[in-house]
Amino acid sequence: MIKIKNIHKAFSDQTILDGVNMLLQEGSSTAIIGTSGAGKSVLLKILLGLLRPDIGEVSINNIQVSYDKPGRTLSEIGMLFQGSALFDSLPVWQNICFKFLKGGEKLSIQDAKDLAIQKLKKVGLNHEVANKYPSDLSGGMKKRVALARAIVGNPKIIFFDEPTTGLDPIMTNTINNLIREIVETMEVTALTITHDISSVEQIADNVALLESGMIRWEGKSKKLRDSKDPYVYQFVNGKTKGPINVT
Amino acid sequence: MRILRNLGKSAKIFLQKIGRVTKFIILIFSNLFTPPTYGGAILRAFFQIGWMSLPVLGLTALFTGGALALQIYAGGSRFNAEQVVPAIVAIGMARELGPVLGGLIVAARVASSIAAEIGTMKVTEQVDALITLSTDPIKYLAVPRVLAATLSLPVLIAIGDSIGILGGYLVGINRLDFSSSTYLASTASMLQISDFSSGLVKGAFFGLIISVSGCYCGFQSSNGAEGVGKATKSAVVAACVFILAANYILTEVFFNS
Ligand SMILES: Nc1ncnc2c1ncn2[C@@H]1O[C@H](COP(=O)(O)OP(=O)(O)OP(=O)(O)O)[C@@H](O)[C@H]1O
Ligand SMILES: [Mg+2]
Repeated sequence: MIKIKNIHKAFSDQTILDGVNMLLQEGSSTAIIGTSGAGKSVLLKILLGLLRPDIGEVSINNIQVSYDKPGRTLSEIGMLFQGSALFDSLPVWQNICFKFLKGGEKLSIQDAKDLAIQKLKKVGLNHEVANKYPSDLSGGMKKRVALARAIVGNPKIIFFDEPTTGLDPIMTNTINNLIREIVETMEVTALTITHDISSVEQIADNVALLESGMIRWEGKSKKLRDSKDPYVYQFVNGKTKGPINVT
Repeated sequence: MRILRNLGKSAKIFLQKIGRVTKFIILIFSNLFTPPTYGGAILRAFFQIGWMSLPVLGLTALFTGGALALQIYAGGSRFNAEQVVPAIVAIGMARELGPVLGGLIVAARVASSIAAEIGTMKVTEQVDALITLSTDPIKYLAVPRVLAATLSLPVLIAIGDSIGILGGYLVGINRLDFSSSTYLASTASMLQISDFSSGLVKGAFFGLIISVSGCYCGFQSSNGAEGVGKATKSAVVAACVFILAANYILTEVFFNS
């Protein structure tokens, strides 16, 4: 279970998060939506222990996230960064199995390579990609390699920052199915940031709308399209007029 | 009054920066001998910083030694002391020019590349990704580079000293009509172990300065390509200035002992 309590975060004078509260049950899949720049990625980094909030605290399975030594809570988390964040000095297979080559748990090179190829297949990439370098991949391929890296250790918690942005509709569907499958078969707690309403319905049970520093609406993802909430209505229908200030 | 206040502000910022850098150095040293160690990364750092610096360092030393021989000859001939060329070239290279020029040229090469590499990783979230994959960026990125630079700079400087002396020798026997045997004998008779050893100690300090500047500025960078450019520039400037300052301080220390 992930408890997010009263998170405030500002950069210089600009307030980004202004009291965010959320509770993610174990085994649930939650999506966060919100306009570009609302602070979704910042919130994820705070959950990971990479960014220190000004006020507030996060606990993961009753262990408080530490901002000096985030290691204790991180070992169970798989993270997909919005910009993929692949190590460009390492080939794809070493990127995917980095945890098992450089991190705590060790695998032999052959085992690591086999595991990487197996995960590549899961995200729709063939084994030839394993020996390439990130700079030789397209944006969508990078994203999928990063996804493979995020799920490789069978983490109990996964955070995905826009996993399908930049992918074609077919691949988007494949990845969404994969996320759904991971959530259902491995009983992980998933938190996914996305802008795509149909992805939300496909992968998440619950959804939260982050806007102007707070969670403005929270509910079942099935109810999202029919919600009468003015924030949700404006977001889902892409209206320029409404409570969300788009200028 | 305003000037005084601004001065106070600048001093405060400067002291804060010194504090942060000191903390950073302590952090690196506290991570030096605790597991895990990344053998592959350390070897790669030695190759990149030590081995790959040899060509540029060798050329710098060779030309400097040659030029030094000509200059000393020109100066020495004013009071009929041309025969001091071999000794002064050797002492000048080993005590001063070898370490300082070697340090500066390696600073330009290595501090910039460390800062650019780590800075790029920082702004593309690769450093964050390392943390989420249970790898300490200080251990994985900084420690290997600091170790490699601090240990290989003394060796590089010893090699540079020798090549510089060789440069002087080549100019001496080809341009200045020294005989090979007199030149060598005169070099050998004047040089003392202490001339070299001070350079080696300086080398270790310079290596530390270069790698810490590179790593610190790299980890501090933000704001995309422009930020990485700034970090690279600051790393080279800081490394060069601190090398020259450290060189003076260390020279004083050796001079007094
Ligand atoms: N390290 C930082 N320093 C200063 N400002 C930052 C930093 N990181 C994020 N911000 C600011 O915080 C705000 C929220 O950024 P964030 O990346 O969380 O947006 P987002 O909701 O993920 O948007 P998108 O959907 O476009 O990814 C932005 O205005 C951004 O400029
Ligand atoms: Mg984002």
